[in-house]
Amino acid sequence: MAKNGVFSRLRRLDRAEGVDDFSTCNDSHEVHVLAVDDSLVDRKVIERLLKITSCKVTAVDSGRRALQFLGLDEEEKSVGFDGLKVDLIITDYCMPGMTGYELLKKIKGSSTFREIPVVIMSSENILTRIDRCLEEGAEDFIVKPVKLSDVKRLKSCMFGGNRIQKQDKGLNKRKLQDNSGVPLSPTLDDDDDVSSSPSPPSISSPSLPRSFSSLPSSPSSPTPPDSPTRLLKTSDEEE
Amino acid sequence: MEVDQLQRSFLEYTNSLFRFLDGQFGQLQLLQDESNPEFVFEVVSLFFEDSERILNDLTLALDQQNVDFKKIDAHVHQFKGSSSSIGAQRVRNACIAFRNFCEGQNVEACRRCLQQVKQEYLLVKTKLEALLRLEQQILAAGGVIPMLDS
Repeated sequence: MAKNGVFSRLRRLDRAEGVDDFSTCNDSHEVHVLAVDDSLVDRKVIERLLKITSCKVTAVDSGRRALQFLGLDEEEKSVGFDGLKVDLIITDYCMPGMTGYELLKKIKGSSTFREIPVVIMSSENILTRIDRCLEEGAEDFIVKPVKLSDVKRLKSCMFGGNRIQKQDKGLNKRKLQDNSGVPLSPTLDDDDDVSSSPSPPSISSPSLPRSFSSLPSSPSSPTPPDSPTRLLKTSDEEE
Repeated sequence: MEVDQLQRSFLEYTNSLFRFLDGQFGQLQLLQDESNPEFVFEVVSLFFEDSERILNDLTLALDQQNVDFKKIDAHVHQFKGSSSSIGAQRVRNACIAFRNFCEGQNVEACRRCLQQVKQEYLLVKTKLEALLRLEQQILAAGGVIPMLDS
C-alpha cells in the first residue's frame, strides 16, 4: 500500500463506489500522467495525446528526471510534490543514460511507487524486449509511433470500468512470478525471428498486437495499411 | 483566393504527399483543433529543428579521424524515431538503411547514407512547408482546415 499516497486512490475508490467515468472521479480528479521521453518531438506528441484524452501531463526528458520528480532520486531529494499524485507513468524504452526498462525496475523496486502502472513505448517490436518489460511489471507495451487510439484504449483500460479485471490480471502475473521465480513467458534468444507476429505472453490480443493488454472492448483498429506493414516491416535489431 | 478553392488545393496536395507522409501525419492532424490550432505547425517545427541538429552531428561524426559508429547509430536511431513520429516515412526508411550500414562500419557507405537521408529530409521539409503555407492561407481567408478521410 502506498505510504504517502502518491499513487492515486482512484482505483480503490472506483472499486468501492463503482464509478465508471474515467475522466473525473472524486473531486474532479484528472488522471495525472508522467511521460518520459528523450525525444523532443515525441514528448510534444505524447503530451498532446494525453491532454486530448483529458489527462494532466508532466513530461520529462529522462529517467533520472522522472525519478527526481517522484522524489526517488537518491542524489537529489525533491521536496513538496505531494500535491501532484502520479496515476500512470508512460516511458520510452530507448533513452540515453537510464533506459525505460531501468526506470521501470526502479519504480517497481520502490515500496512507495511500485503500484503506479508503467507503460513502455518503443519503436522496436521485439518480443524479448516486450517480455522482459511485462515480466518486470510493466502494464503495457506500445509500439511507436503512438496513435490516439492507443492512448484512448490505455486510458479506458486502466481508468475505466473494466479496469478491475485488468488490474487483477496484472497482479496475478506478478504474484505468480514472485512465488515460483519462473518467468511466465518462455525466454527467447535475441536471434529469434522478431518481426513475425508475436503471440503476447499471457494477455489476449484481438489481432495484431501493437500493445499487449488490449482488451477486445474498444473498436480501435489500425487502418489496414498500417497493421500488416507494422509487423512485416524490418524492425532493425539492436544491441 | 476563395476558401473552398484553398481547401480543395489543400486536400489535393495532402493526397499527393502519400509517398512522403504516412498515416502518422494524419494522426497529428487529428490532434489539432480550435484549442490547439497550431499543433501540427509546432510539431513540424520541432522536427525541423531536431533534424537539423542531428544532421549536423552526423556530418561532424563522419568527418572524424576515428569514426564512432556507435554514436552515429544512436543519432540515426533518434532521427528514425522522430521522422516516424511525424509520418515522414521515406526519411525513416533511409534511416533504417543507414543503420544497417553502420553495423558494417563502412565509412564511405555511411557517408552515402547520410547524403540519402539529407536528401529525403529536404524533400519532406519542402512538402511540409508548402502544406503549412496552404493551411495558413486557409485560416487567413477565414476558413477551417479540412479534415482528411482516414
